[in-house]
Amino acid sequence: MAGLELLSDQGYRLDGRKASELRKVQARMGVFGQADGSAYMEQGNTKALAVVYGPHEVRGSRSKSLHDRAVINCQYSMATFSTAERKRRPHGDRKSSEMSLHLKQTFEAAVLTQLYPRSQIDIYVKILQSDGGNYSACVNAATLALVDAGIPMRDYVCACTAGFAEGTALADLCHAEETGGGTALSLALLPRSQSIALVQMDARLHQDHLDTLMEAAMEACKGLSKVLDSVVRQHLQEVSVLSRD
Amino acid sequence: MASVQISEAEKVYIMHGVRDDLRVDGRGCEDYRHMEIETDVVSNTDGSAKVRMGHTDVLVGIKAELRRPRPNVPDEGYLEFFVDCSANATPEFEGRGGEELGVELSNTLYKVFNSHRSLDLRSLCVCPGEHCWVLYVDVLLLQCDGNLFDAMSIAIKAALFNTRIPKVRVLEDEEGGKEIELSDDPYDCLRLRVGHRHVVDATLQEKACSAASLLVAVTPRGAVTCVRKLGAGSLDPDSIFEMTETGKRVGKALHAPLMELLQKDESLGKKRQKVGFLA
Repeated sequence: MAGLELLSDQGYRLDGRKASELRKVQARMGVFGQADGSAYMEQGNTKALAVVYGPHEVRGSRSKSLHDRAVINCQYSMATFSTAERKRRPHGDRKSSEMSLHLKQTFEAAVLTQLYPRSQIDIYVKILQSDGGNYSACVNAATLALVDAGIPMRDYVCACTAGFAEGTALADLCHAEETGGGTALSLALLPRSQSIALVQMDARLHQDHLDTLMEAAMEACKGLSKVLDSVVRQHLQEVSVLSRD
Repeated sequence: MASVQISEAEKVYIMHGVRDDLRVDGRGCEDYRHMEIETDVVSNTDGSAKVRMGHTDVLVGIKAELRRPRPNVPDEGYLEFFVDCSANATPEFEGRGGEELGVELSNTLYKVFNSHRSLDLRSLCVCPGEHCWVLYVDVLLLQCDGNLFDAMSIAIKAALFNTRIPKVRVLEDEEGGKEIELSDDPYDCLRLRVGHRHVVDATLQEKACSAASLLVAVTPRGAVTCVRKLGAGSLDPDSIFEMTETGKRVGKALHAPLMELLQKDESLGKKRQKVGFLA
């Protein structure tokens, strides 16, 4: 078979991981002092920064405000140096707008917006380095930023990508695997209730394999939720130690 | 820039303090805030640096590409600047809100780095008239708390120091090696006039009290590459002279420790611990 082998005969992927292994995840909350909530997330080589402002009064036109819940406003942008080829427009192109809408949809399912009628919550996500799994890194970083801002949510929102190669499901795809021509499914999950906030796949896949793929993605998300939880608890510990002294 | 609203009483307080050489956070008029500089933060760029000065956060990434040189200077490479005022800094920069400020900042950067005293552009030439290196310098503003120009110019200098471009020898095939690009580039010093005295490295509150500010770009040898007045107020010629002198002095004084720090960092090589935002 010509081209890149997504899964070798011994069961190793392009970067040496096993099929269901996630990339190394490192995260930090409270990176910026001026914003209401902020978080930085690294998933392998993908680096994402999320900043949350709010809840505050609706900016711009009053007509956008909803009488019974808060409006969530998301903007997704990539740094111009984040991809291998320099990207000329950081945001405003179609892909960024689509991602912003996906993020909005995801967080509307998780944030308890009924508690803040007629107000707005802004979530701004920036990708500093892109190596596959941009959407997932954004969602995970934004979850941490929302927790940092103290905005009540139903549950953590964890997202992960999954792919399919040689009859096995691969979890957490890197850029080479995503663009390698195989399937890529993105899933955002609320782990405790096992409910899916967003699922997206654009490639061809046989119907029989869909279940395996979704299972793999959900397992990966559950693993990620444990990591996010530990990051939040550690951050709280640090902050409470500082305020106690 | 992001603005902060302060009352008249606070303005008077700040101005009286400055008159006595004591600012709100205890600094003197010519003292800088605590700066944290880290290079090589983003791995898929050719050079990068992150500077944090108080609450101002700037990230610079440099990518090098081979292009045709400019027609009027065929034996020099060039730099392209792009400043991205991201919505992270303040919600006012969402969508196209930050574009105006971004364009203003990029234009100033072009002026500052344009002279031949600041950068040796000849070293970026590969084949005169046909190929030269173009360095795309992308500045990302993550947080704004006054004094953007200083933070940006320090970050650009650190990123340029960190940039590595392959050595290209033109034969029938092209070969590669690794080379470090060092430059003697200018460093901006933004001086704000508060009352009758001027301060260096102003925070947003101090900026709200000042009528005008002067931007002075200084190279390590003391040559001034760019002087620019910003702000709506007017300055008398004596103040401008004074401010330029102070700017030169402070700017020159900052080059030496910065270079020392960058060289020390560089000499650690692979052993250096990369922290980035995880600190």
